[in-house]
Amino acid sequence: MHALVGENGAGKSTLMKILYGMQRPDEGTIRIDGQQVALHSPADAIARGIGMVHQHFMLADNLTVLENTVLGAERLHGIGGRARRRIAELSDAYGLGIRADALVEDLGVADRQRVEILKALYRGARTLILDEPTAVLVPQEVDTLFDNLRELKSEGLTVVFISHKLGEVLSVADAITVIRRGTTVASLLPHETSPRELAELMVGSELPSAETRESTVTEEPMLRVAGLRLSATDPDGAVRDVLDGISFTIHKGEVLGIAGVEGNGQAELVEAVMGMSAPSGGTLTLDGEDITHTPTRRRREAGIGHIPEDRHRHGLLLDAPLWENRILGHVTERPNTKGRFLGVRGAPELLDLGGARRDADRVVAEYDVRTPGIEVTAASLSGGNQQKFIVGREMSHHPKLLIAAHPTRGVDVGAQAQIWDQIRAARREGLAVLLISADLDELIGLSDTLRVMYRGRLVADADPATVTPEELGSAMTGAADGHLAADPSPHGTPPDGDPADDDPPDDAPSDEVTVEDVPLDEVPLDGTSSDGGSSDAGPSDAGPANGASSDGGPSDGGAGSGTAGAGEQGSGASDSGTSGSGASDSGASGSGASGPGTSDSGASDSGDGGAA
Amino acid sequence: MSRLGEKFTKEKVLLALAAPLLALVAAFLLSSVVIAATGKDPLHAFVVMIDFGSKSDSQVWIINKAIPYYLSAAAVAIGFRMNLFNIGVDGQYRVAAFFAAVVGGALSLPGVLQIPVIILTAMAVGAVWAGIAGVLKTTRGVSEVITTIMLNSIAGSLIGYFLSEDRLAVKDGNLFHTPNLPASGHFFTIPTDPKPVYGTVLIAVVIGLAYWFVLGRTRFGFDLRAVGRSEPAAAASGVSVRRMVVTSMLLSGAVAGLVGMPTLLNESFNYGTDFPAGVGFTGIAIALLGRNHPLGMAFSALLWGFLERTGIQLEFEEYAQEIVGVMQGVIVLSVVIAYEIVRRYGLRIQQRRVGAELAAEARTGEKAEVGA
Repeated sequence: MHALVGENGAGKSTLMKILYGMQRPDEGTIRIDGQQVALHSPADAIARGIGMVHQHFMLADNLTVLENTVLGAERLHGIGGRARRRIAELSDAYGLGIRADALVEDLGVADRQRVEILKALYRGARTLILDEPTAVLVPQEVDTLFDNLRELKSEGLTVVFISHKLGEVLSVADAITVIRRGTTVASLLPHETSPRELAELMVGSELPSAETRESTVTEEPMLRVAGLRLSATDPDGAVRDVLDGISFTIHKGEVLGIAGVEGNGQAELVEAVMGMSAPSGGTLTLDGEDITHTPTRRRREAGIGHIPEDRHRHGLLLDAPLWENRILGHVTERPNTKGRFLGVRGAPELLDLGGARRDADRVVAEYDVRTPGIEVTAASLSGGNQQKFIVGREMSHHPKLLIAAHPTRGVDVGAQAQIWDQIRAARREGLAVLLISADLDELIGLSDTLRVMYRGRLVADADPATVTPEELGSAMTGAADGHLAADPSPHGTPPDGDPADDDPPDDAPSDEVTVEDVPLDEVPLDGTSSDGGSSDAGPSDAGPANGASSDGGPSDGGAGSGTAGAGEQGSGASDSGTSGSGASDSGASGSGASGPGTSDSGASDSGDGGAA
Repeated sequence: MSRLGEKFTKEKVLLALAAPLLALVAAFLLSSVVIAATGKDPLHAFVVMIDFGSKSDSQVWIINKAIPYYLSAAAVAIGFRMNLFNIGVDGQYRVAAFFAAVVGGALSLPGVLQIPVIILTAMAVGAVWAGIAGVLKTTRGVSEVITTIMLNSIAGSLIGYFLSEDRLAVKDGNLFHTPNLPASGHFFTIPTDPKPVYGTVLIAVVIGLAYWFVLGRTRFGFDLRAVGRSEPAAAASGVSVRRMVVTSMLLSGAVAGLVGMPTLLNESFNYGTDFPAGVGFTGIAIALLGRNHPLGMAFSALLWGFLERTGIQLEFEEYAQEIVGVMQGVIVLSVVIAYEIVRRYGLRIQQRRVGAELAAEARTGEKAEVGA
């Protein structure tokens, strides 16, 4: 299992496209099984046993799993009983748990992903390429996916996957290649490296942290949503509420995070707040003004900024040059407009093309958008750079309320840090943010208040200072609701209190389970986020100590199989640091569990834990 | 590099010229093959065309012919820029010209009033006829392609119904036509030798300028183009897509209403059964050929006029009369294909350059790091 990591625009997707025959290399060779090949089309690649699982699934919603699988591969096993048997065989062999007759539209994200994997296997793939497979999954689903992938690996398949989440890369990959700006900068083995080293190789800088240090929440409400309801007619003609009884208030300087599995009404909530769909009930108040029936453009002028979930659909005109995209959404605002023709009322409003160009240049420079110029089309930029441009555009108009839907999806650690910094900086100046994200660490780290959305309702709330990704995860799947209070006994998440109150040695055994449960994919966010824990643990050098634990952990893991678990715990320790709770606690458990074998690195660790 | 330099690099200019050149060469070669296949000398055909087309009476004929073509192309292009396929310019201009002729024939005002009244009637009728399609699209979700082509048929029937002696027409020999416009309704002409150029060419120029200004320089134009490029992105940016659909259909129809004006005000002075039909479809081809660009469409309208004019002469030289139609089709196809090829090529180059520049940046960055 080979992991490919790198910044946005580093060339990961291009490399994948070349491997899948969608693009031709200018020079260089590709060898499969020692044999040099030239791939001219995806069909070539499939014939050579390469299968691809795209980040955006390529499935027909209105067909069944069976139909989707055989589509385009009818010649292999027909479309009837033989195909069905083959699917059942594959599904059993790799533990995919596929129901061949289910309609794809009824399947969840994780199931769809398995269908994509099945499709590739059905076509005889021996090498499976996965493009950011975990970006859309909740922690529990990630674990299942990796179980499936290990199964494939044990059957002799090769898996190549792209990821931004260094923790998961370290935990599952057998080899890691780091790409930066189009060239390989390092080839590593996971036990030889650490998240910190990987991140530095990727961006040449420190790991970012979603952690928000001081609270800037004020008493002044900015956006008040009361009893919001939205009905929609689904394809069968039945009317149902996609949003029901949504009420919340975001104050100036507050970040309200909405957690939830995608498709539970988040997109509809954004549309309702943006004014793209008219609510069936409830009111929206922005800065004391009723905007329930205000058109989108007026809302934008009133100060709502929007970082859309799907930047290609809602955020950019892909065929238009970058400077025209600077105008999009802010066509009535300076510097994009010169006012009315000759200043006459009712005359057409004029665009200020020069102003828009100049400001596009400024956005490109200030937000580090990597592009040869502003005359290139938005489509020729890589995803992360497109996102940086959108963030820059929206922030340039000093919004009062920012709706940020997955602001760092598909964005590398460097850009991620930058975007978080910008949100944080604006928040200090009184910006209210509605944050919707599938990245639980981002949610926990950035938010001042957390709500969980499930089937169009806000079913649970949580304090980001105490909640763990697992707790959020279970509320997201509808398994928990109400206030997600810290529950010390079964899951060992101590309350927000002074960690000195907890007794690390006693907790250590019970904590072991919890710590191992912590999904490792969150690690990239956390390397420095353990500082959050440090504020709990006391002003001493707990922060550096936690840093040491995440460094020391994986290298312990390399020392022998017996300590591999300890290695995971080591990184897991800093992980729960994001939640701002129990950092010293789990840190101590990590070092406790690793035992004498790790005394070299663990010593300082537990020493500090003890000090706390 | 200065901004101007950035906009007009050698490569960009080359790419911009490559498409039309490629198209012309391809069209020339393909037409030659077709002519040769009919057993005639292709080179001689082109010599005849250029020779005859450059005569002064041909030039006037071509310009006069190009006026309605240009207006029609502009009407279609407004729809194209917003991703609407207004295939019904044909019906719109005929209905508009008919009712404008009826109104003009019934009134007898001084010229300063008579002509604007006729023109505004035509624009209003054209807008209403196209607006029906716009409203149906936004309220009922009916594709504008279907409604506008249906409305073409309905337009024909409607005109046929009113164009009879006991209703709005007079009989003149075998033909029916609306009462002639009074002399005050005649548009001025620009005296040239041997025949004058229609003054309505000014209308075409004004529409061309307005098209360029409104689409490229105003908020409304930006909104319209945004909807054309991506409806969801435009909606998210605050454009009311439904209102935009209706507005642009109304605009397209209003411009379509002008298509009949050169004929009505400069040539026939009435709407009769022999009023030219089919100009709306020609407009589609010209808009495609001119890439929806105000100048591009002007050139293609003139090219179209040139081909039609010289086609007549080709027949005298015993070439097949269909050869001009073949050439027109080949040109449109060549242009569409050539632009697409050049666009893809340009995009590939652009992407490669983005990659190369980033790699170069990375190398210098690394050197700097090493240096530090």
